Parts: sequence; structure tokens; C-alpha cells
Amino acid sequence: MTARSLAVAGAIAASLLGGCAMPSVPTIQPWVKPYERERLGDPIMKLSRDALPDKHFEHVRVVREGARGATGFQGGGCGCN
Amino acid sequence: MAATKAAIGLWRRLLALFGGLLGGLLGVAGARAADLPENKAETLFHAYTGGGVDAYGPAFLVRKSIFDKVSLTGTYYLDAVSNASIDVVTTASPYKETRHEFGLSADYVYRDAQITFGLMTSNEPDYVANTGNLDVTQEVFGGMTTIAFGFTRASDTVKKHNEPEFKDNADHWQYRLGITQILTTRWLMSANFEALSDEGYLASPYRVARVFGAAVPERTPRTRTGRAVKLRLVGDLGNRDAMNVGYRYFTDTWNIKAHTAEIGYSRYFGENWLADSFFRYYTQTGALFYSDNATSETLFVSRNRQLSTFNNMGLGAKLSYNLRRVPGRYDLKLNGSYEYTRFKFKDFTDLRDGSLYGYASNVIQVYLSATY
Repeated sequence: MTARSLAVAGAIAASLLGGCAMPSVPTIQPWVKPYERERLGDPIMKLSRDALPDKHFEHVRVVREGARGATGFQGGGCGCN
Repeated sequence: MAATKAAIGLWRRLLALFGGLLGGLLGVAGARAADLPENKAETLFHAYTGGGVDAYGPAFLVRKSIFDKVSLTGTYYLDAVSNASIDVVTTASPYKETRHEFGLSADYVYRDAQITFGLMTSNEPDYVANTGNLDVTQEVFGGMTTIAFGFTRASDTVKKHNEPEFKDNADHWQYRLGITQILTTRWLMSANFEALSDEGYLASPYRVARVFGAAVPERTPRTRTGRAVKLRLVGDLGNRDAMNVGYRYFTDTWNIKAHTAEIGYSRYFGENWLADSFFRYYTQTGALFYSDNATSETLFVSRNRQLSTFNNMGLGAKLSYNLRRVPGRYDLKLNGSYEYTRFKFKDFTDLRDGSLYGYASNVIQVYLSATY
């Protein structure tokens, strides 16, 4: 299968998922509308509310534990350990 | 050569498929626009105490948008460290030093995408680290899904006090991919993956290992590759409160395997108070070449307790108070956080009495945050 045909297949698959498909095929629409996202937009729902304190907690852990990464925070190198 | 061509072909096909999928989803998303991060200022005082180490200092952050297209962020972070840790008191002398960290980043919004480019430099008398990162987030599927990918490159210079001829380097690469998905009107989840690669001097020029009871300089491999995956779930519980749970798995080529579990609960009290509480559990297995006291000569050996088998449990709380709020103009909050953590080491002994080592740490933060 060539790269172009794969791209076309991918676009068709995504369109089917997203609701631009032929009428006979069941489609998935975004099921939470923008006006239904008020609760999700509340600060209490944020994965990180304030950058500096969260970065400090991350720094304290990274210099004392063997594991790192996938937390969404940018860590800089340091000789802290 | 044939293998290289095959690999390039596979990459082209994967990129084409991903591009096709993204294109299709973008078509569904329609003409929306991502928002720039809000203008913000934070002033933090942070303090850490535990295991003979005290570290404290201020930190500042200012973010301001320009022409509604670009947002610039500047940060400064200071760590004044007084170190009398177990390593230091048993094999060296206590010391004090200061670390300064400066960061500058720019966020740019184009349609549903946000592009962030950042630079950071951290300076200690014996360690300099320069870091650059590029991150992209893209909203798709009508804004219900956010895809994020990014890259960090860092280069460190390692030096040693009172030994000017010692100088080495460490290079770091990080590649990450994440997705945040709105599940319902009250729940959302995120999944993040990160690949990390380090090369160069990854030991400490001060730390010693023990072989047959004798102190020798630690010898650490010059390469390390790790993988981390983290899942999070956040939910609105319906009574002006919310909860979150998270799990992270980490593994690397030094044979460290780590699990991290987190759970948190947040709740508003009245008009002006927001309280958070959280519990975190972390456990890891030790590196292949870690030994409290090696009984054979090996190429690599370390007594870095960060690479040993241990676990820790942390319990924390945070309180935020709305000092002043002028709708549409600014919002000022006073915040305080505290976390107590207990470390238990399974194969790291206190050389003073031979018992297994453990300690408790305290993290305190007091900060002002303002949006404007």
C-alpha cells in the first residue's frame, strides 16, 4: 500500500469517526458540546493550576527518585542529588 | 542500506496515516481557535527540609500576551541549599550552595494549535544545565480531544569543587506524546508517554561507592534510556468538589522499575476558599549496579540511594484564598501548600549504625498568584 493510499484511507476512517460519512454508516459525533463544558472549565478540574509550585514539587521528586517523565512538567538538569 | 530504506518507507507510511487521520478529524472540528494561556503572575516562596538537606528560596513567573497571538513567559527560580545529607555526613563535609534558574518561553496560537518554545538555564558553582524545548498541542474532534507532543534537549556541564581540572558533560533528550480526552460533561482523562535518553557523565564526582567495605569513586554507565507512561482521571463530583487519580509506570535500561500512584480531592468552601488534599505512593526497584556494599569487583558500581530499592508515601494539602477579584480585570489569590513524605530504603544502610536508612521530608510553599 503506498503512502498516498494510506493517507486517503486514514482520512476516510477519521471522517467516518467524526461524522462526515455516508448516511448508512453509524457515526461518532463529539458527544459533549462546547456549551456543556462549563464544569470541565472550572479551575478545580485543571491538571495543573499554578506552574511554579507544581514545578517545585516535580523538582523535589526528580532529584530524589529514580523515575522521571510523563508528568507534563519541564525539568531542567541540575546537580542537586 | 536496505534496512535504512525500509525504515524510511515505514516512517513515511506512518506519517501519511497519522496526517490523514488528523486531517479527517480537523475537518470535523471545524474552524475553532485555541486560546493563549491567560496572563499570569506568580510569586512563590518554597522550602524543603528532609534527610539533612534544607533548600529554600523565592521563585517568580510573569506571562503576558502580545497582539493576542503570542504569549511570553519569564521565570526565575532560586534554590539555596544547605546539605548535610547521610552521604555528606558519612563520607564528606557539609556544604552550602545556591542554584539560579532562568527560563523564557513563547506560546504561539494558530487556529486549534498551540506551539510553545522554551529555553532555560540553571547555574550552580559546579553544575550548569542548558535546556530547550518545543511543544505542540492540537485540539481535535470538536475540542473534545487534545493531542500534545514535544521534545526537550538539554546539555549539562559537570564540574567539581577544588578540582578545576575535572570537567565533563551530560546530554539529555526527551520525546513526549500525550492525549487529553473529555469523557463526559463531568469527567476527563489524560494519557502521557515520554521517552528519555541520557548520555555522558551521569554520576556524581563527590559520591563514593563501597566495595568490600572500602570507599571507591562510583562508576556509572554513560548512557541511560527510560520510558514513562502516566494515566490521569479527573472528575467533578457535583457538590463543588472534584477528585483525581493518577498512575505512572517507569522503566529504564539500568533496570529501575517504578510505580507511582496518586489520589486527590478538592473542594470549594464558601465564595473564597478552595482546599486540596492529596496522597502519593511511590516505589522502585534498584539499578543493576547499585550496591550498599559490593562483594565483587564490577565495571559499574554505585551507592546512590536514588538508584536503590525504596518506597515513599506523601500526604499533602493546599489552601487557596481569593484576596481580591475584579471581574474582567484581575484576580489575586493567596495560596499555601504542605506535603509530608516518609522515605524507606530497603538496601541502603546508615554507615553510622548499620541500620536500614529512612527519613521524613517536609515541603512548604506560600505563594501569590494573579491573573490579569
